[in-house]
Amino acid sequence: MKLAYWMYAGPAHIGTLRIASSFKNVHGIMHAPLGDDYFNVMRSMLERERDFTPVTTSVVDRHVLARGSQEKVVDNITRKDGEEHPDLIVLTPTCTSSILQEDLQNFVTRASLSTQADVILADVNHYRVNELQAADRTLEQIVQFYLAKARAEGEIPDRTATPSVNILGMTTLGFHNQHDCTELKKLMADLGITVNEVIPANASVHNLKRLPQAWFNLVPYREVGLMAARYLETEFGMPYVDIAPMGVVETARCIRKIQQILNQGGASVDYEEFINTQTVHVSQAAWFSRSIDCQNLTGKKAVVYGDNTHAVAMTKILSREMGIKVVWAGTYCKYDGDWFRDQVKDYCDDVLITDDHAQVGDAIARVEPAAIFGTQMERHVGKRLNIPCGVIAAPVHIQNFPVGYRPFLGYEGTNQICDLVYNSFTLGMEDHLLEFFGGHDTKEVIHKGISAESDLTWTAEGLTELNKIPGFVRGKVKRNTEKFARDRGISEITVETLYAAKEAVGA
Amino acid sequence: MTSLADTQPQALNFECETGNYHTFCPISCVAWLYQKIEDSFFLVIGTKTCGYFLQNAMGVMIFAEPRYAMAELEEGDISAQLNDYEELKRLCLQVKRDRNPSVIVWIGTCTTEIIKMDLEGLAPKLEAEIGIPIVVARANGLDYAFTQGEDTVLAAMVQKCPEKAVPQEKEERGNSLQKLLNFGRKQEEVKAEESAYHDHPPLVLFGSLPDPVVTQLTLELKKQGIKVSGWLPAKRFTELPVIEEGYYVAGVNPFLSRTATTLMRRRKCKLIGAPFPIGPDGTRLWLEKICSVLGITPTGLAEREAQIWANLEDYLQLIRGKSVFFMGDNLLEVSLARFLIRCGMTCPEIGIPYMDKRYQAAELALLEQTCHEMGVPTPKIVEKPDNYNQIERIKALDIDLVITGMAHANPLEARGINTKWSVEFTFAQIHGFSNARDILELVTRPLRRNHALKDLGWNQLVREEAQV
Ligand code: SF4
Repeated sequence: MKLAYWMYAGPAHIGTLRIASSFKNVHGIMHAPLGDDYFNVMRSMLERERDFTPVTTSVVDRHVLARGSQEKVVDNITRKDGEEHPDLIVLTPTCTSSILQEDLQNFVTRASLSTQADVILADVNHYRVNELQAADRTLEQIVQFYLAKARAEGEIPDRTATPSVNILGMTTLGFHNQHDCTELKKLMADLGITVNEVIPANASVHNLKRLPQAWFNLVPYREVGLMAARYLETEFGMPYVDIAPMGVVETARCIRKIQQILNQGGASVDYEEFINTQTVHVSQAAWFSRSIDCQNLTGKKAVVYGDNTHAVAMTKILSREMGIKVVWAGTYCKYDGDWFRDQVKDYCDDVLITDDHAQVGDAIARVEPAAIFGTQMERHVGKRLNIPCGVIAAPVHIQNFPVGYRPFLGYEGTNQICDLVYNSFTLGMEDHLLEFFGGHDTKEVIHKGISAESDLTWTAEGLTELNKIPGFVRGKVKRNTEKFARDRGISEITVETLYAAKEAVGA
Repeated sequence: MTSLADTQPQALNFECETGNYHTFCPISCVAWLYQKIEDSFFLVIGTKTCGYFLQNAMGVMIFAEPRYAMAELEEGDISAQLNDYEELKRLCLQVKRDRNPSVIVWIGTCTTEIIKMDLEGLAPKLEAEIGIPIVVARANGLDYAFTQGEDTVLAAMVQKCPEKAVPQEKEERGNSLQKLLNFGRKQEEVKAEESAYHDHPPLVLFGSLPDPVVTQLTLELKKQGIKVSGWLPAKRFTELPVIEEGYYVAGVNPFLSRTATTLMRRRKCKLIGAPFPIGPDGTRLWLEKICSVLGITPTGLAEREAQIWANLEDYLQLIRGKSVFFMGDNLLEVSLARFLIRCGMTCPEIGIPYMDKRYQAAELALLEQTCHEMGVPTPKIVEKPDNYNQIERIKALDIDLVITGMAHANPLEARGINTKWSVEFTFAQIHGFSNARDILELVTRPLRRNHALKDLGWNQLVREEAQV
């Protein structure tokens, strides 16, 4: 047992559901107690999704505990098949099914005899893997399933005539994934590469058999897609690029790797000129590094914490491209900690690999950086310590699902990151300067408006009650109550007056 | 209740569906109970799944160092390689050291149920060893929905309520509410005030409400000369009310049936069965029923109710004649529907997770009577609803307002259907005369907002794909 207040990566089933609900016409059925379908709330809320989240539950209740859930699971699968006609149903185990030890695979086999849809059981164990690992595995599993099928039917296509790519790992509830995806497609178009398939976001499982016709796979995020890419490499000899094009230098490195793969595959491309133009003219990042603004950031202290992809890329950008001192960089992807350590070793003083938010908070307090780049949790630590924070990785809030175009990847991504970094530091500096020169002069004024001197007296309990009202409406309630009292010639305001006024005014 | 028995309204129609609906896990009660009971600490003994839910459902509260934590079970706990007692002891000592609470509430989850961890057996032993009371509530998703979590916690707390008032301590302890109301007054004034109450048997109310609402309802009863001797839960665990055999108890929320049963069976209390004080109609009947049971003639309630209705007129105009559909997820549905029907709405369906016809008897009777008086058909009450079927029905019935969980709200809005997020009713102040307006503020918000957008002509924001 461990005492836990906060977790960075969710339970395994969330990862599976993120993959299932990213595909078009794939339905996730959770084998779970009532109340574990909170995923639907998150998707509907955070992504402001217009469609019903294609996830339902085969409910585990007392009855199931006593008798087992066989009939129920099979019925729920066939029912969903009839109602929604999905291409694929993914039976998703949860922590509850992990300990019930029912033979879910057997239910799947039985159900698939009577369904139009394909049915698979997600191969994830709650106690062994987290959300990210489960997502990676589920994507691989679905790809494997459909390619095995295509192979059996002899439907594996030949390579396309001109260079083409699959982009792997774009998912629902992924940090800025939608924008990144648009940016990557644009980048591929600029490079003259056809995008063959993007998976899983908005993909149809019917198209998975087309995956092998691409020249290579691009895996922008370390956490999701790598297993599928490795599978495609082993089975179909497809090379893959796993360099996240985040930041000017890494974007160039990613493009050069693509160039090498294409040329090995028989194309003849030279992207150097493109890289140069983009770097100097399209991205503002290179110029930003040179400008006086950025000069002022030289040697400032920052800390970085997040998932592997974003924390590594940010660390490199801050240190290599902006001359900022990264005191420590950390990740919560403990299971992939060696990779992280290896990636950032030249760009920060210290490495922190933990998923304990208290340890992260303490490490921030200890080094007192001028800015933090982390998750929502670090943003709140920053608030408490008065240090600005740029959010660079999940877990995130609704404000991290912006409607406007905000990629982190590609050349436009480098611009966005400049703004994020610069705004974090200057906000901190502005605040500091304000304090230095005597603080915000608006503080006094705000208070005056609320407590306009009044001819009325409040009884002690009236005041106590008033103070229970949340601060942000207290002033308004007080004013309305006093107006109410004045109108009625009441000179002493009691609890009763307070609530009588509320009823009258609807305050 | 003679007036209710006299009418012969159309009987309510109860159905039960598949139970495939969306609701919050009952462990969510931690979020409001730790705030209500200020000296408590809630330890949820479960998995990452439970933690993930709470972390996300609590929103920004999670960053405010809440007095709650997960005791996260690992593989060793499941396979019983680790000793539950020792593990819990280690964690509880850590909680004691860091937070020093007056009570630790253990929330049992699905996992502790399935592996049959004997929390009720472990608690007394550990309690004695570490010197902090431990309350065990099995608020899991196998057995309960959302607000029923509070019910399991309060039912467990009943056992911890003092049985006898210690005479000299009585004055001292009283209840925090009384102290508050008497705050700053001289002893004589307080004495004089005591006489403002009728001489009636002690009354204890149960149900967790925000402090301002507690004050409001207590004052309403005070106006009738009724003294509230205690409230379960109180602001602090150390202030739990004395409950002696023969005390009267009344519930303020429709989801507290286990607590009611426990008070009756274990503590031999007499339950006052009344509609719940939600809406001016419910509030008035709640007060009247308490008065009548305690042998007091209520005064001024008819005028008070009428006054409240008059103040609601602007909102009533917006909803009169419109239809509302409750998908069902928090057990407040019957009371809210009854109030909205009185407001002039029609309601074809009330979905509800669980229906205790005995505990809700008075509320159901009032619903029936209200429909009769308003001349509208009685709603179909669907226990354990099926969300998929419900959405089909919503589309077919062309509903004006759907009260539903967040999983369905955005998709329904995108299809041009007005929705109100049901969870807000559990967190907003909706009880008593004073808060009737707040309920309508919530109910009318989507109608007012969408009215403002109406002329833009963007109602349907999805492309309905052709059915395969
Ligand atoms: S339904 Fe069970 S497993 Fe899920 S969050 Fe609730 S208690 Fe935990």
